Amino acid sequence: MECMSTPVASEQTQVDPLGVEAAEEDKPWRTVVWNDPVNLMSYVTYVFQKLFGYSRDHATKLMLDVHHKGKAIVSSGSKEKVEVDVAKLHAAGLWATMEQPS
Amino acid sequence: MKPWRRKGESILAGFEQQEAAVLRGLVSQLEDMLTARAEEAPQDELAELTGIRTGPSESPDDPVLSRLLPDFHKLDPDNPTREDLDSAAAMRSLHEPELLETKVGVAKIVLDTLPRDGGNVRLSFEQADAWLGALNDVRLALGTALDVTEDMPDELPEDDPRSPHLGVYHWLTWVQETLIQALTA
Repeated sequence: MECMSTPVASEQTQVDPLGVEAAEEDKPWRTVVWNDPVNLMSYVTYVFQKLFGYSRDHATKLMLDVHHKGKAIVSSGSKEKVEVDVAKLHAAGLWATMEQPS
Repeated sequence: MKPWRRKGESILAGFEQQEAAVLRGLVSQLEDMLTARAEEAPQDELAELTGIRTGPSESPDDPVLSRLLPDFHKLDPDNPTREDLDSAAAMRSLHEPELLETKVGVAKIVLDTLPRDGGNVRLSFEQADAWLGALNDVRLALGTALDVTEDMPDELPEDDPRSPHLGVYHWLTWVQETLIQALTA
């Protein structure tokens, strides 16, 4: 019985996760920058302009979101793109993480 | 200190001897910490053959290093999911070697361009960006060690052991802020 049931069970478990994964991969990832007490407002704005090519106004708005709301989503896209963005923000000393909204 | 100013394609400032000694000391200490962390990275034959470096998968225990080398995911401190933990570990070991190299690189640019005995500093825009990164790293390190908060007063009570260091922290803040002003003027 055990031998018989195992292949059936594994077939089922193989089918479902694939379907779920395919759907999950379609959802864009997001780069989140978190507030911290050290980074200067002017520096955070400068980094957003420099790394993402954002206008001064847009970069300032994102910086103010970080400052007042505690965090801001600064970019989004494929997992690979967002991973590169987070790595660049870490190099600049910002506290950044990546997430996929569920 | 003679404040930062822009002249043509250069960013200029002047440092007193003591200021140069303080800044060089802090940047060197940070460079040593980062280099020590890089040396902890696992060495294996596969990495030597392929040239693909892998860093440690665990976040540093030291709070200063941990702030300089953050996780790629926001981990729930009480109950992180296994998926997030595994993914953060994989991304750390993939990206940390390059991150350390970048941070050591900007530290070296400060040490190369700031005269030991103080004096004039002349930077290209690229070097000025490296200085911004290094100043930020030093402030993050000192800020973490001093447990700086957003509403930190300019001065702490005299009996607070952090009191003498806070002056250095505020000075570094001023050096970084005025460098950004000179760059974006």
